[in-house]
Amino acid sequence: MNIVNAILEKLKTMGLLRNSNALFKAGIIIVAGIIILSALAPLLTPYSPIVGTGDELAPPSLKHPMGTNNLGYDMFSRVLYGARTVLTVVVSATLLSMAIGVPLGLISGYYGGKVDRAISIVMDSMYAFPSLILALAIAAVLGASLINAIIAIAVVYVPTYFRMVRGQTLSIKSLLYVEAARALGASDSRIITRYVFPNLLPTVLVVFSMNIADAILTEAGLSFLGFSVPPPTPDWGADLRVGHSFMLAGYWWLVAFPGLMIMLLATGFALIGEGLSDILNPRREAVG
Amino acid sequence: MASLRTYVIVRTLMTIPIVLILLTLVFIILRVMPGDPITSMVGMKAPPEYIEMLKEKAGLNKPLIIQYLDYLFGILRGDFGRSLIWGERPVLYEIFDHLPATIELTIFGFAVSVIIGLITGTIAGVRSGTKTDNALRIYSILAYATFIPWLGMMFQLIFGVYLKLLPISGRIEPSLTIDWKPVTGLYVLDGILTGRLDITIDALKHLILPSITLGIVLSGAYTRLVRANIIEVLGQDFVRAAKARGLSEIKVLRHVLKNAFIPVLTMMGLQFAILLTGAVLTETTFSWPGMGTFLLERIKYVDYTTIQGTIVFFALFVSIVNLVVDILYALIDPRIRY
Repeated sequence: MNIVNAILEKLKTMGLLRNSNALFKAGIIIVAGIIILSALAPLLTPYSPIVGTGDELAPPSLKHPMGTNNLGYDMFSRVLYGARTVLTVVVSATLLSMAIGVPLGLISGYYGGKVDRAISIVMDSMYAFPSLILALAIAAVLGASLINAIIAIAVVYVPTYFRMVRGQTLSIKSLLYVEAARALGASDSRIITRYVFPNLLPTVLVVFSMNIADAILTEAGLSFLGFSVPPPTPDWGADLRVGHSFMLAGYWWLVAFPGLMIMLLATGFALIGEGLSDILNPRREAVG
Repeated sequence: MASLRTYVIVRTLMTIPIVLILLTLVFIILRVMPGDPITSMVGMKAPPEYIEMLKEKAGLNKPLIIQYLDYLFGILRGDFGRSLIWGERPVLYEIFDHLPATIELTIFGFAVSVIIGLITGTIAGVRSGTKTDNALRIYSILAYATFIPWLGMMFQLIFGVYLKLLPISGRIEPSLTIDWKPVTGLYVLDGILTGRLDITIDALKHLILPSITLGIVLSGAYTRLVRANIIEVLGQDFVRAAKARGLSEIKVLRHVLKNAFIPVLTMMGLQFAILLTGAVLTETTFSWPGMGTFLLERIKYVDYTTIQGTIVFFALFVSIVNLVVDILYALIDPRIRY
């Protein structure tokens, strides 16, 4: 509870809860909208995403607002339920990367020395590697499943958190109040958890929402290439792969809507991240 | 220039541990993870004798440490292993068969992204704080959030299926390449070298949609970077001095651009990994016969040694490009020295 209160305190003192900017609001509206629509999916559409309606490759109509695919699945239903799959994979994966990357970065940055250098060079090497190819290698070895997609994406983003947290820790640990705490005899673990970590939170929050945007695209990439959830689980990237050959025959609705949703959701999280960083770092003039 | 030489030597030596770590990471991911790669890739239903046969062939029955050393020394000798299928062809040959297609695509994609990024970034920077600037900021976010295969498919739909203006898959019209031997594998260049301009033109036509797709998605990052640099440089003394001396807007802008472009170069190294990720998706969308398509095809056929070799190659490729970019940067900016 202490940490939650610390976050809230921090956000309040930064004025985040009062005066947010247009980008931030737009992002929140998009993301919340998609979450609510996917949660209410059973109320919004009578069709199951994985049961054929008997109506194959039907164009968008009142009955099927986004048409149906080659197996007669209702695309509107697949798009709504697909959001659940995407959000589950992406949010679990980024939380996992954060859970590994943040403590590693704190320890590495705070203690320094040989361990720091060793971890840093591993993380920098991973960071330089093409993310999708790394995720692809992991997912290919583990096999295509929801859990494995989460693991593959989580591994890819650990360095993102590590690098940011390490850098911030380096600068925070030399600040006066940390020196003061140390002079008063606070232990290392107390300094890390009570003085350094809470000050990292705003930046972690920015990186987290940016990271989710990026992870949405990586998840879509993995499933587009056939390495995420197996069919018939609704998933936007997988629907794009299946719909591609039909699209070339003119059935555009099989790919248009899932792809738009990927873009919309990624934009939503990117806007939240942008807005947050504007608020935390007000030098750049806000939009609107 | 002695300090530049030191920088180049130190930076080159630094590449060695990075490469070693990447190679080890690839090994760990492919071998040490739970289960063995062959079984999980073939699936549980394959007969055990078949799986054993593949494991034997890939050298997966030896102790791990021996496998690791075999692997490292193999790569040191330039031996990336032999394909488990396709008649045991050396993996490196197969990589070189597919590499030019990816290089050609990434060069054009990169060019498109830098051109769009420079134009939009300069406009946003010069007009910072205006509606144009805000609109371009939204553009950069949207470009970044666009899923490459989706954008590619929309282009295929509009320019290929409906307007029938441009080819939507492959690198070249196959009928053109009967009794034609490419020189470098970069078809646009090879057409010129062999005096076959029809091939160059056809290759360019095939490149338009994939490279614009890749370029647009990557341009957002350059828009923001160029904008930030332009704003920073515009605030510097030499710009004010130039303006005070009465230099024309255009002349001032030329100086600003030159100075703003240097940091863009450093980002190119990091962007290169993103470029390769984008290339894999672009290749799949446009049936482009490059490294990404190749890797995916071999994953499908469980050609384990080729998969490993290709990923190792990607690791080496990225490290070398980063090294070259850093050295280039040091050549341009004399402040970068050890």
